[in-house]
Amino acid sequence: MAALPDFQLLHPATASDAIRMRALHPGSRYLAGGTDLLPNMRRGLVATEVVIDLGGVDELTDLHEESSALYIGAGVTLAVIAANRTVQDRLPALAQAASGVAGPTHRVSATLGGNLCLETRCRFYNQSESWREANAFCLKLGSDTCRVATKSPRCYAAFSGDIAPALMVLDAKVEVLGPLGTRVLPISDFYRDDGITWLAMTPDELLVAVRVPLKTGWASAYEKVRVRGAMDFPLAGVAVALRRENNTIADLRIALTGVSSRPEFVNGLDALAGHPLDDTALAIITRRIKLGIKAMETTLIEVPFRRRITPVLAKRMVERLWEMVSTSLS
Amino acid sequence: MDCGGWNDPRNGYPMKKILRLSVNGKPREDAVAENALLIDYLRDTLGLTGTKQGCDGGECGACTVLVDSQPRLACSTLAHSLAGRKVETIESLSHEGNLSRLQRAFHEHLGTQCGFCTPGMIMAAEALLRTNPHPDRTAIRAALAGNLCRCTGYVKIIESVEAAAQEQSV
Ligand SMILES: Cc1cc2nc3c(=O)[nH]c(=O)nc-3n(C[C@H](O)[C@H](O)[C@H](O)COP(=O)(O)OP(=O)(O)OC[C@H]3O[C@@H](n4cnc5c(N)ncnc54)[C@H](O)[C@@H]3O)c2cc1C
Ligand code: SF4
Ligand code: FES
Ligand code: FES
Repeated sequence: MAALPDFQLLHPATASDAIRMRALHPGSRYLAGGTDLLPNMRRGLVATEVVIDLGGVDELTDLHEESSALYIGAGVTLAVIAANRTVQDRLPALAQAASGVAGPTHRVSATLGGNLCLETRCRFYNQSESWREANAFCLKLGSDTCRVATKSPRCYAAFSGDIAPALMVLDAKVEVLGPLGTRVLPISDFYRDDGITWLAMTPDELLVAVRVPLKTGWASAYEKVRVRGAMDFPLAGVAVALRRENNTIADLRIALTGVSSRPEFVNGLDALAGHPLDDTALAIITRRIKLGIKAMETTLIEVPFRRRITPVLAKRMVERLWEMVSTSLS
Repeated sequence: MDCGGWNDPRNGYPMKKILRLSVNGKPREDAVAENALLIDYLRDTLGLTGTKQGCDGGECGACTVLVDSQPRLACSTLAHSLAGRKVETIESLSHEGNLSRLQRAFHEHLGTQCGFCTPGMIMAAEALLRTNPHPDRTAIRAALAGNLCRCTGYVKIIESVEAAAQEQSV
């Protein structure tokens, strides 16, 4: 494997230092745990002359409980998130997503910020330089054709982070710092449906933290399907949050990953409020999920499998959470 | 803030900078390129070739070392990200020719065949035993989930870690 290209390494001590450095070097890249960025740089996927190491920015590792929310800094590692008691007890979807990312050694250094900003993936992109060259490269690497959809003007590389869908169903907000100050946005608005520019963050901004509301009465879960059970990106990942009132659905939120260029929040499920979880409701859930899947041939496993498995997984999870809530109520 | 002119990329690089950290219990002060990976610093600068490069980045765990007692992939870490930290490699485990309990267990219970994955396996297992001296099989499997072995089929590796843990507890 190739050595890293030459670059200058900067070590900001604060978040505002980091964005000042970024303003001076617009083509620079932030380095957090490095488990995505460094392998990508070695494969020649990312070229930059300046790397800004966020490892010394202590404020990004802040994790604390507020009156009705959990504040998680972008630099908090996935191992710390997965082991946190509040996350385990009150935000199970987040705990399950964090403990399902990559392998245990990755999770010790992999951060929340790196996971949310994870580069989109495609079987024509995540390859060595010589492999990609032999295939005449593709849109995501500055060539003029997409190898997955040859007539497409856009890239369909799949967003494959596990944490984002969990945070979507948990209704989290992200905090972004830019030269003009801080802006807060719902996590769904943090993403764009494009394999090349999948983040709605401008290059001069830094993801600082996530705030996850600590609500009562909700059950949640995250599950994914992958090729290698021990350690792999999701072929399809599903997060579900459910609130049940007696025998009816009070609220149901579902979000997906791995099946589109952004994590997809499944729209239209609010229509189920007040209905029991019967076959009609499950059919609506399946239909709504299928509308949210925009999977393309970006993985070696073919699209029909990913399209079929996603609603099946979601259905099983919703039924399980439904039962769980009823036992906890009785 | 360290983005002044003297190390501007246009002035020629890779720039070597002084890196101070502890490797295998000894304080070090080396001139290291800013873009050097931990694995290249360990293997090429320090000659600690026990740490292996098994894949093209982040996939196999053969390069696992300890940083402040936690496992870390040396192939996906910049050396300069570890200023002031404590790095331990497989070379640190034996003392005066005596193997550590994990090394002995891998030897006696056939946890190693070609040996290429072994340094990474042992360092990942070492990190586990430091936080959980009596892991059950599930905990061992979970801790080694990111370490690939193409020879043993894992059964002997897990038995080796179990044997080391038992030895530790007597
Ligand atoms: C073998 C293997 C398996 C993997 N499996 C999974 C998996 O199953 N699921 C999964 O989700 N991921 C997986 N990953 C990818 C990766 O390990 C994780 O997504 C991890 O959480 C990335 O975090 P990091 O801190 O290492 O990010 P880095 O590599 O440091 O950064 C990733 C990207 O985010 C940007 N970035 C980081 N922090 C910020 C910030 N605060 N503000 C703005 N931009 C920022 C970086 O510039 C970079 O572009 C896997 C990786 C490998 C090598
Ligand atoms: S979806 Fe098309 S443009 Fe995007 S990475 Fe894959 S082949 Fe390239
Ligand atoms: S060499 Fe394979 S994970 Fe580091
Ligand atoms: S012993 Fe050969 S790879 Fe594990």
